[in-house]
Amino acid sequence: MGHGVKRKEDPRFIQGKGNYVDDVKLPGMLFLDFVRSPYAHARIKSINADKAKALPGVVAVLTGKDLVPLGLDWIPTLSSDKMMVLPTEKVVFQMQEVVGIVAEDRYTAADAVSLVEVEYEPLPAVTNPMKALEPGAPIVRPDKGTNHVFHWEVGDKAATEKLFSGADVVVKQELYYPRIHVSYMETAGCVADFDQVRGHLTLWMTTQAPHAVRTVAALVTKIPENNIRIISPDIGGGFGGKVYVYPGYIVAAVASIVTGHPVKWINDRSDDQPSTAFGRDWHMTAELAAKKDGTMLGVRIKTVSDHGAFFGDANPSKFPAGLFSICTGSYDLKGGFAEVDGAYTNKPLGGITYRCSFRVTEAVYAIERMVDVLAYKIGMDPTDLRMKNFIPSNKFPYKSIFGWTYDSGNYTAALKKAMDKIGYWDLRKEQAEKRKKGELMGIGVSSFTEIVGAGPSAQFDILGIKMFDSAEIRIHPTGKAIARFGTKSQGQGHETTYAQIIAEELGLPIEDITVEEGDTDTAPYGLGTYASRSTPTAGAAAAMASRKIRDKARKLAAHLLEAREEDLVWERGKFYVKGSPERAKTIQDIAFAAYTNHPPGVEAGLEAVDYYDPPNMTFPFGSYICVVDIDRGTGQPKVRRFVAVDDCGNIINPLIVEGQIHGALAMGFGTSFLEEIKYDEDGNVFGANFMDYLIPTAVETPKWETEKTTTPSPHHPFGAKGVGESATVGSPAAFVNAVVDALSQGGIPHIDMPLSPWKIWNALKEKGLAMEA
Amino acid sequence: MEGGKTKMHIAVTLNGKKYDADVEPRLLLVHFIRENLGLTGTHIGCDTSNCGACTVLVDGKAVKSCTVLAVQTNGKEVLTVEGLAKGGKLHPIQEGFWEKHGLQCGFCTPGMMMAAYALLQKNPSPSEEEIRRGISGNLCRCTGYVKIVESIQYAADKMMMAERKMEVPAK
Amino acid sequence: MKGGDDAKVLAGGQSLIPLLKLRLASPTRLVDINGIPGLEYIRESGGYLRMGALTRMADLEASDLIMKRYPIIHDASVEIADPTVRNLGTVGGNISHGDPANDLPAIMLALEAEFVAEGGSGSRTMKAEGFFVDTFTTALNHNEILTEIRVPMASPRSGGSYLKLEKRIGDFAIAGSAVQLSLNSRGECERLGVGLTAVGPTAIKAKKAEEALKGKKLTDEGAIRRVGELAAEAASPTTDLRGPADYKKEMVKVLTIRSLKRAYQRAQRGGM
Ligand SMILES: Cc1cc2nc3c(=O)[nH]c(=O)nc-3n(C[C@H](O)[C@H](O)[C@H](O)COP(=O)(O)OP(=O)(O)OC[C@H]3O[C@@H](n4cnc5c(N)ncnc54)[C@H](O)[C@@H]3O)c2cc1C
Ligand code: FES
Ligand code: FES
Repeated sequence: MGHGVKRKEDPRFIQGKGNYVDDVKLPGMLFLDFVRSPYAHARIKSINADKAKALPGVVAVLTGKDLVPLGLDWIPTLSSDKMMVLPTEKVVFQMQEVVGIVAEDRYTAADAVSLVEVEYEPLPAVTNPMKALEPGAPIVRPDKGTNHVFHWEVGDKAATEKLFSGADVVVKQELYYPRIHVSYMETAGCVADFDQVRGHLTLWMTTQAPHAVRTVAALVTKIPENNIRIISPDIGGGFGGKVYVYPGYIVAAVASIVTGHPVKWINDRSDDQPSTAFGRDWHMTAELAAKKDGTMLGVRIKTVSDHGAFFGDANPSKFPAGLFSICTGSYDLKGGFAEVDGAYTNKPLGGITYRCSFRVTEAVYAIERMVDVLAYKIGMDPTDLRMKNFIPSNKFPYKSIFGWTYDSGNYTAALKKAMDKIGYWDLRKEQAEKRKKGELMGIGVSSFTEIVGAGPSAQFDILGIKMFDSAEIRIHPTGKAIARFGTKSQGQGHETTYAQIIAEELGLPIEDITVEEGDTDTAPYGLGTYASRSTPTAGAAAAMASRKIRDKARKLAAHLLEAREEDLVWERGKFYVKGSPERAKTIQDIAFAAYTNHPPGVEAGLEAVDYYDPPNMTFPFGSYICVVDIDRGTGQPKVRRFVAVDDCGNIINPLIVEGQIHGALAMGFGTSFLEEIKYDEDGNVFGANFMDYLIPTAVETPKWETEKTTTPSPHHPFGAKGVGESATVGSPAAFVNAVVDALSQGGIPHIDMPLSPWKIWNALKEKGLAMEA
Repeated sequence: MEGGKTKMHIAVTLNGKKYDADVEPRLLLVHFIRENLGLTGTHIGCDTSNCGACTVLVDGKAVKSCTVLAVQTNGKEVLTVEGLAKGGKLHPIQEGFWEKHGLQCGFCTPGMMMAAYALLQKNPSPSEEEIRRGISGNLCRCTGYVKIVESIQYAADKMMMAERKMEVPAK
Repeated sequence: MKGGDDAKVLAGGQSLIPLLKLRLASPTRLVDINGIPGLEYIRESGGYLRMGALTRMADLEASDLIMKRYPIIHDASVEIADPTVRNLGTVGGNISHGDPANDLPAIMLALEAEFVAEGGSGSRTMKAEGFFVDTFTTALNHNEILTEIRVPMASPRSGGSYLKLEKRIGDFAIAGSAVQLSLNSRGECERLGVGLTAVGPTAIKAKKAEEALKGKKLTDEGAIRRVGELAAEAASPTTDLRGPADYKKEMVKVLTIRSLKRAYQRAQRGGM
């Protein structure tokens, strides 16, 4: 471990031999496309598909009414709510699927879509969650009778009140974390193939959690779970957006049952962006209380969250607001209180997606932004203020006021390293000089604490299924191995990382280990890959299963070496007899013996399964520093440098970890400066394709400078913590802090993301800082 | 695109092999490659010509194959990712992406490599800035681009060395 | 050209095919003009810079002549879309599309270009001014094809500049300002062309701004500012995803002033 091994999965990808869902081609396969709603909220008066049906090549037309007898017009969401598959009465967001068209090819299906006539009676829409919670607002979900989804709170309200009223300083700021879309490069899609003779459904689909989908599918379709096979082939990015179950999957399955043909559904980008799961949309009012000297006392955050028309967040069940209670961050606080009210609006579902570690993005953004607001208020350098309030490294394991036990951390070391690398104090000098010349530059810091690896089964389940994960390893007679997992890589390089873990634990060469995921017929049950959980859970399971194999190998070696088990010593890849290292058997010898010469009383074979239920979450952390220059004429920001120091415990493959950090930083950059899905009051969606929803290109994306510190997790089998989301979680505050820092001489406390040039320019203008050219 | 289903005959050389086909005039090149010819290395990431996942070379120029009609390539030569490796040997660009971790999910990768291929044909030793501009029509959501830039630099070095008939020194 | 009113010319296809894919347009017939020989060239002759309508934008970018003598066009050629789109997108298509967000129309207005069209009834030449009738509508008749774009040859004491403000590279402009300046022997403004991108239903020729500097020195900061202000007055942007209207208007001023200063620098250096 700890080596930047080249990835095992790459040869197929670089030769165009990946197998993504749109690459699956079956004989007689039909294509599914959708008629979508032009309205955000409207009653469906009639649907006339006669012209579409008459078009040569059109095979079937499916509406909500066709799904009713199957009980599939609504299906359960991951948050114990339900969602429409196809509407029977009304549509609840613009671009909602209304009619499914099945045709011989995608061109014909698209032609037919334009021939369907749907008559709507528009209803008043509600797109602002605060307004949705006001009395008299249009009701999105008559079945619920209210737009209020849930109330959640944590902390002691009264005690926090007292803490705040006794504080020297209280800063307060409204912070909106906009609605964004993960924009994986491969849109959602599937191929459904129902075998009418066997009553068996095979579904190739873009999912990060194939087993959970199989169970849910069995429950809703009544097809026995052993007759459903979910195959998640190569996935072109997921980032949380492919945990959800979308209408397309269900309608494709039904269409295959109805037509007797395999049916493919692939979302066009302009359909995917406005109808699949969004991230965030979180309206916060945050407060921080402190002493004059900068000692932080407490935090208070009130949030209204927008969930669209269905509460479908891919949440652990007991956490409707995700893990937002990590919002005390890296600081040793006395008290706090946080509450969230969820609202239904006329938008698609989502919330928990986009590499957020279950709302940790929002939590970290709030605390790291507020620390800066406080720093300016009391005139303290933001790094000094952080250093002063960090949880000291000797206080770990640390119990946070909201009940988490942080496993390990050394926050000062990470921030110090970032400051040294970027030359923090020199930059501050440069900034002062630039100011004299009338130039604007800003330096932004973010020292985040993540919480990943969900999770311990006492607290964590999704729809009742506990959030363990699994590994199954089989060693073949010739010493080669196959390992299967309940997780599903979408680019994280599991085929390499897991092989490295097993190689390390069993002393096998990496190339002798095949890793498979994503086929529910072969892989052991697991909850899938999201929220940076794979290394903490399935990675741990790989280590534990390997150790089980080693235990058995010891028995076999004892037999082969005619020695006692306790006299054997394990050394990477072999057992030898204590004191006589020449009497040794390699793992390959042992594997062969497991099938050819196993001792009485020991089962043949060499394999193990492990379902790993983590004892605690892991708490990766880091410090990021960003330097930005601002054009006073246009408000255009330019990120000049970005240093990221991450600590994710022990690292299996530094190359892959670095790649994960880079990618997540770029997403944080996109979130901070470019991305937003917007709605007007009538519910019209803007930013719903790649022309209008701008994700970063290579040109503006900064040249990331990464470093690490290593503070192993004490409770993980090899001290790893997980890293996939640290940088989306940690970086937005650094970007925003940098821009606000640049404007700080004007006393501008905050600008909401995305930091478009006009928002910055408006702030400059208001404070008399804008230039005419 | 509506329109009659009258088909047109085209002859296209793809990765050195000649194909004859009757296609609808509205058929996009990317669908012709993926569906008619069954080469699925060329991907589709958007419907607004913004992502570059579909990038291929037509007569030596990088184009977005979702923004070209198949009939427009009649009589032309098309190169896709499947045509990069020669005789079982990876192209230096492929090696670079593997060596430098220039890919994660791999979805943007074929298009990205084709854009890089075209860039290096025009400019064999591009600066970092030139590489970044050269691939600005190709979006990647996974890598944050730094490693893609390094991959292309690796390929450029390797191709220069090969040009000079020198071996790449061991790392 | 056959095919009736509903037929569409297909040049680079980089605007038309995306529209067809999204079904925003559905002509029954496409007329591919890529096979017409002799429409890809960039050369100076007869007092003009002449560009064949099928000249690819990538060729503009690669042209030494453009870089050295018409930097205003070079500025745009590296900012339009991305290199892959520019490999196919044509100069003629960029202009004929009539999209106010396209970059070349404003430049053509600043340069006082002329367009040569061939149609059923022969050939005619139109001025850039007046060519852009409305969004996606130009003075071209249905049966006409734009064949040549010609720009008065750059004089030694002239310089041009195009500045495009964009949210992200490859995106259409928030606003763009094209400025072409000729100086007289005393170093005063002899002629000024100002064209604006993405701030109205068509590309805009800011005529008052063009007049404001006549006979003035380019060291006159007040006069330069006035040009910016008048350009902003000529703009009638709308609020959209690329920014609020008032911001775009302000940016026309900022960009025009900057563009003018850069054009002046270039004019002093003999156009470069
Ligand atoms: C992702 C993307 C980003 C883009 N960004 C920009 C940008 O930032 N700035 C910018 O300026 N452009 C941008 N474009 C548009 C691009 O520059 C187009 O290529 C160009 O506007 C049209 O040229 P074309 O040759 O491709 O025309 P086509 O798409 O072939 O045609 C466009 C229209 O013009 C007509 N037409 C074309 N040629 C002629 C002719 N010779 N005579 C008569 N009619 C003709 C066609 O009938 C059609 O109506 C972008 C395009 C894409 C796909
Ligand atoms: S598929 Fe996105 S540009 Fe072609
Ligand atoms: S590697 Fe996934 S989009 Fe580039």
